[in-house]
Amino acid sequence: MDATIQILILAIPLFMFLLLGLLGKYLSPKIAGILGTTAMGVVTALAYYTAFNYFFSGDPNFQREIIGEHGETVVEHLQYIVFNPVWLEFYGNLHINIGFMLDSISAMMLVVITTISFMVNLYSNAYMRDHDGVYEKGFQRYYAFLALFSFSMLGLVVATNIFQMYIFWELVGASSYLLIGFYYTSPAAVSASKKAFIVTRFADLGFLIGILVLSYYTGVFSFMDFTSAPVEGLADTYHISLDTASTVLATKFAGSAAPMFMGCSVLTWALVLIFMGGMGKSAMLPLHIWLPDAMEGPTPVSALIHAATMVVAGVYLVARLFPLYLQETTALEIVTVVGAITAFYAAMVACAQVDIKRVLAFSTISQIAFMMVSLGVCRPEYHHGVGYMASMFHLFTHAMFKALLFLGAGALIHAVHSNNYTAMHGLRKYMPVTHWTFLIGCLAIAGIIPFSGFFSKDEILTACGEYSIFVYIWMSAVAALTAFYMFRLYFLIFWWKEHKVHDPHHAPHDQPWPMTVPLIFLALVSCVAGFINFGDFVTYNGEQHTFDLDWTVAGISLTVAVVSIAVAAKMYMKENPLPDKMAAALPRLWDWCYHRFYWDELYMFITHRIIFGLICKPIAWFDRHIIDGTMDAFATVTNKASWSIKGLQSGNVQTYVWIYLIGALLLGTITYICLI
Amino acid sequence: MFDNILIYFVLIPLIMLAGVALSQNIKQIRAVAVTGSLALTALSVYLLVDYLALRAAGETAPMLYTGSWQWFAPLNINLAVGVDGISIAMLILSSIILLTGSFASWTIAQPKAFFLWLILLSTGVFGFFITIDLFAMFMFYEVALIPMYLLIGVWGSGKKNYSAMKLTLMLMGGSAFLMLSLIGIYYNSGLFSWNIVEIAQDGNISHSWQMFLFPMAFVGFGVLGAMFPFHTWSPDGHASAPTAVSMLHAGVLMKLGGYGCFRVAIYLMPQAANELAWIFLILTGISVVYGAFSACVQTDLKYINAYSSVSHCGLVLFAILMLNTTAMTGAIMQMLSHGLMTALFFALIGMIYGRTHTRDVREMGGLMKIMPYLAVCYVIAGMASLGLPGLSGFVAEMTIFIGSFEQGMIDFLHGHGSLRLVFTIIACCSIVITAVYILRVVGKLLLGPVQDDHHRQLTDATWWERTATATLIICVAAIGCFPNFFESLIKFTFSPDIFKVLGMIQ
Amino acid sequence: MNLNILCYLIPALIMFCCGVYGFITRKNMIAILISLELMLNAVDINFVVFNRFLFPGSMEGMFFTLFAIAIAAAETALAIAIIVNIFRVAKNIDVREITKMKF
Repeated sequence: MDATIQILILAIPLFMFLLLGLLGKYLSPKIAGILGTTAMGVVTALAYYTAFNYFFSGDPNFQREIIGEHGETVVEHLQYIVFNPVWLEFYGNLHINIGFMLDSISAMMLVVITTISFMVNLYSNAYMRDHDGVYEKGFQRYYAFLALFSFSMLGLVVATNIFQMYIFWELVGASSYLLIGFYYTSPAAVSASKKAFIVTRFADLGFLIGILVLSYYTGVFSFMDFTSAPVEGLADTYHISLDTASTVLATKFAGSAAPMFMGCSVLTWALVLIFMGGMGKSAMLPLHIWLPDAMEGPTPVSALIHAATMVVAGVYLVARLFPLYLQETTALEIVTVVGAITAFYAAMVACAQVDIKRVLAFSTISQIAFMMVSLGVCRPEYHHGVGYMASMFHLFTHAMFKALLFLGAGALIHAVHSNNYTAMHGLRKYMPVTHWTFLIGCLAIAGIIPFSGFFSKDEILTACGEYSIFVYIWMSAVAALTAFYMFRLYFLIFWWKEHKVHDPHHAPHDQPWPMTVPLIFLALVSCVAGFINFGDFVTYNGEQHTFDLDWTVAGISLTVAVVSIAVAAKMYMKENPLPDKMAAALPRLWDWCYHRFYWDELYMFITHRIIFGLICKPIAWFDRHIIDGTMDAFATVTNKASWSIKGLQSGNVQTYVWIYLIGALLLGTITYICLI
Repeated sequence: MFDNILIYFVLIPLIMLAGVALSQNIKQIRAVAVTGSLALTALSVYLLVDYLALRAAGETAPMLYTGSWQWFAPLNINLAVGVDGISIAMLILSSIILLTGSFASWTIAQPKAFFLWLILLSTGVFGFFITIDLFAMFMFYEVALIPMYLLIGVWGSGKKNYSAMKLTLMLMGGSAFLMLSLIGIYYNSGLFSWNIVEIAQDGNISHSWQMFLFPMAFVGFGVLGAMFPFHTWSPDGHASAPTAVSMLHAGVLMKLGGYGCFRVAIYLMPQAANELAWIFLILTGISVVYGAFSACVQTDLKYINAYSSVSHCGLVLFAILMLNTTAMTGAIMQMLSHGLMTALFFALIGMIYGRTHTRDVREMGGLMKIMPYLAVCYVIAGMASLGLPGLSGFVAEMTIFIGSFEQGMIDFLHGHGSLRLVFTIIACCSIVITAVYILRVVGKLLLGPVQDDHHRQLTDATWWERTATATLIICVAAIGCFPNFFESLIKFTFSPDIFKVLGMIQ
Repeated sequence: MNLNILCYLIPALIMFCCGVYGFITRKNMIAILISLELMLNAVDINFVVFNRFLFPGSMEGMFFTLFAIAIAAAETALAIAIIVNIFRVAKNIDVREITKMKF
């Protein structure tokens, strides 16, 4: 098959990065923006074409028909390696390839990434200017970084092997660093970018060691060798196979010299370590601290990277290795527990934040945790692995409505020049488009029928219910909190009290079309995406399956959401003292939520006091005073010794002669005595 | 003699020396330095291409382009030359750094004397890499060492006399050990030969002698490779040295250490290397994290980079001691990568220092706004240092980690202890610490608000500075993007056959 | 007249001792140089005498003496040049005052 399109999908963003990065300063900002947006539009079209081809063309490389359990014919989506050249070869069979794998989840991710990326590119044309239309300084650089990010993220999702994933994983981390720190003159942005990079780097350490363990035992990096089996008769086509994963476990791990390590199997260790990488990128507790700070970056960047695409990389990673995770349910249980705790924690914190972007950031953490839980509770025997499908479905819908919410927040911030809702209040009349689209986003995330979030969240709750009633109740509570804090945010921004207009000529107003079009588009998607029968596209084993809505679960979650919204409306629709009373009634809880349970302070303590104060500084002192001191001591001793015997050399020639003469006479005498 | 291509690596610098000596003004000196180093670069690239063609044609000798000319018959000292992939990689590295170093010292004071010593130093470096005769190797090593004293002592900054003396004395101390070890090898291999290839193939150094000579050779070269606890010359020396000397020293001379450790200590005494590796594994493993932690709290840019070099060069020696093909390939990649990267760092630090007249990160800030070109280059160098994919550091580190982990697991699963495994994991941690100190510097130095208003008038890079940094960045990116080409260059040397010949335990 | 070997050696010894005494006690560099010459000549006499009495057949001692005389002449020239130079710099040729040479 011709790989030109797929090569272009990766090459165009890379080329744009180099072009705008190297020659950006010679281009006017306008041209740079148009170039970047157009290029991304082309990539989007190519990605849509690829995904459409993959799902609907019926090409034997992409899908096949197999006989299902009950004798019916089932369509199975396959994994097709478009290209896979060797990038780096080691000894033995170990080699790193940089390739392009097309399968159901990567095709889905291609659509998500390019859509959001295109929207953000378009949106930024207007966002990165002030009200007089003057472009921000570094506009070209901004587009270059966006292109770099798109390239890295696309490379990540189409990875054919775990090492390629790691490579692009690092690259998205770096582009995230560059974009968070876009306003590099602001110290807050600089420290936020640094924090994001270092925290995720720490998580990547786990990922790296996990890869090393996995590759040592199996001798390969390729996903195909872990999770898939070749399709007969086709060279580059594979199908997802749980048998391969269990064979890997049985032959490589269970058969090795040390199958267990500290009470857990080595495979579990490897998978948990790899999951640690995912925890870092996807901001799971306790590695979540970077994401709220990452909101220092420009808002469209938050929408693209820190809401829709990069932060779900962790979910994608677990999904990609899912057949392996299924072999070790301990690892999946860890995923579930981490996800569940994070979801609840983030939802709690989101209820008490003032900065609207922080609310959205914690909401993102909570929603990603939903996806993680959904993967963690997925078992093939539970309703045809509904959790996997639900997770990917939620990833898809969440990307759309969360990007919508962030872009809406961007429009608000652009209008009032503040991140805090205290500066907003009652904006619904001034910014109708933003208002309505934001409302749709809130309804979608709260899980109100017929918006997309309802369907995906419902599937997740169904999966949780199948797994354990406790997880179900827990996650339902989180869903209730989600509806509450989102509508708290909504009412505080658009209602509460009348907006105080300081200057009638500069009243807040809707933004120009490049900013409203993405809002409307994403709002439309959020309205209709829920009706997609996602099981036709993505399932844990690639076989199409129709998942029916469980109306009991749906009814309960809908009721819960409506009640939460009602509570939020009661508390925040009109200005009233109820919220303050609530906060006063539970001061401790409010305080902890407001301060995000003091995680940042804890990390500050660990990094500054312990790592800097107790490790780095003593080591530096030790080096200067002990090691170097010893070296200097050698020199000093030699020096001192020389000084002390230096008096012998008086410079008086006749003294030397005396000494010489006496010495010679003595020697002569001794010789004489000895000879006699 | 002149039909051997390798001899030109020594002849060209000698001609350059004459050229500089005869030059009338700074323009001529620059012309001589740039032309000469360009010629050396071209020669080494030609050598690379030719070498790969020869290997592709099935040449299997361990060293190619060999030649030997008698020097002092009673002691069987010859000027024997020959190269393999590793030496070629080092020759390319040296010539590129000499080239960029010449650009970086475009406006140095007393250019004639400076370039004379600089070129004399590189004569030693090139001679070291082409020769396969232990005695000649030692001699070239000394030739490379001595000019350093004058270069730092005369053109340096800060506590230059102290640093120059310290650096020279410590390295001389190392070379005393080395001399002892080389003479030991000469007398105990049973051949009375200085030729490395002969000793490796036919020599027979008894086990007890190996156990005595290996540590001395390893420490001797290890001092140059900044192995803990013999690394303290590096921060002071690098901090005081002028730009081009820092570049050449950290970029090339420290590689002499790693190269020598492999070529002499391990290549000739594999048994002892296998048995005594644990001592040096601990020392080099400590170097890796120790250097990184120390770098976290330094405030002088050059000290930060010097400690970072301790960490990265520690990784080179660490990987060599794994005695594992993948890890050793990674070690050579790391030498190449670190050489280019650290030269870039020192060049940039020199350029920034030349403008702001301070190297204290606390006194600078927001340079991105003032000198964007240099700042972007610094960020790229930093990214290479912390191992961003697409730049050279990543490839080298990953190769090392994969190889070391493999060897660590083999040791562990076969009951040879978990030392290698534990230290590999500790070494892996350095990627996080590296990120910490690199981003700390980038954040303080380049980003944030402008710290000192006097800095606002400063200018960005001149064309020669751009040439120097761009060349290095292109090399760093080339290795990072197309690693397979460079690894294939190194691979043949480490092919399992060679290890079998050497009787190395695989 | 049959001269014993001692008849030559004893004057040479006396000469040598005078040289040593002068070398140690004199302050003037010229005087020290003269003392040095005395010692050298004493040694030359020894060479000749030993050659003549112990190995009458060979001539090495004679040659060596001639060689030493030549060297002594060159040395004297050099020493005087140095002394003149020192005098130019220090205006003094008292050997006890000239101790800077130790550095």
